[in-house]
Amino acid sequence: MSIDATDRAIIEALQTGLPLVPAPYAVVAENLGLNEAELTARLAAMKDSGVIRRIAAAPNHYKLGMTANGMTVWDVDDAVLAQVGAKIGALPFVTHCYERPRALPDWPYNLFAMVHGSSRDEVEEKRQQIVTLLGDALRASDTLYSTRILKKTGLRLRKKGG
Amino acid sequence: MTTLDDIDRALVNALQDDLPLDHRPFAPLAEKLGLTEEALLDRVKALRESGVLTRFGPFFDAAAIGGAFCLCAMNVPADRFDAVNDMVNAHPEVAHNYERDHKLNMWFVLACETADSIHDIADRIEDETGLPVLRFPKLQEFYIGFRVAA
Repeated sequence: MSIDATDRAIIEALQTGLPLVPAPYAVVAENLGLNEAELTARLAAMKDSGVIRRIAAAPNHYKLGMTANGMTVWDVDDAVLAQVGAKIGALPFVTHCYERPRALPDWPYNLFAMVHGSSRDEVEEKRQQIVTLLGDALRASDTLYSTRILKKTGLRLRKKGG
Repeated sequence: MTTLDDIDRALVNALQDDLPLDHRPFAPLAEKLGLTEEALLDRVKALRESGVLTRFGPFFDAAAIGGAFCLCAMNVPADRFDAVNDMVNAHPEVAHNYERDHKLNMWFVLACETADSIHDIADRIEDETGLPVLRFPKLQEFYIGFRVAA
């Protein structure tokens, strides 16, 4: 995936968000010395290549009452992982669904899915939906609740030289 | 928990969908909700100020822009937890770190320039703490959407 200097300038300009005005792309384009069509064409290309996932709101789970979050982990038959992973990733209460390597013998789990709810009971009830969905492909599972945030910093784009 | 009216809820839900790349991208949603674009944007600003929305804009794939990330986990003895936590968090590459109720009780994400530096930092944390750092890099992402129903 290649990003040129103009794309990088666009990314830096939009890291804090899109201006909340009726014609936001026109405003961003003007600030960057581009025309609006060029900016939106570059944004479209970055969406196609996956650099931009989407342009949308990031809600605060806690403010919406979703105060319980469980990192559910699953040991799933590798042969069907891609197939069931896509289904779990599509569940509305699952955010961040990944295949990760096992660390045997202590850690047999190869699929991670964050489940959010207003209580641990709700997370557990949602987890059961994943159990049902996995069926015979499920060999073992666990849920790890976070008990404390030890550090949280945003991921920042590093400036590249030149 | 913040109190939202029905329009706010509809907005929080709808704004988690991809915004079009049109000249007036908020116009279709404003019309659907019976608001002017200005009224819609005032509500979005209020939701951002109250913290219901942390941000509105493009979601970048950090790995696609450049950089390497790895979820790591450690089994830290309770009597050493605070000291080990200080050693781990002292590394600027540790982006976030959570205590979790499991034998593997410390989970953090390393964010580095390259995959090699991920292992350098993880090895250094092992040396400093004398504890293994398990590494769980993302092999495949099953990503549909990060959304919460309001």
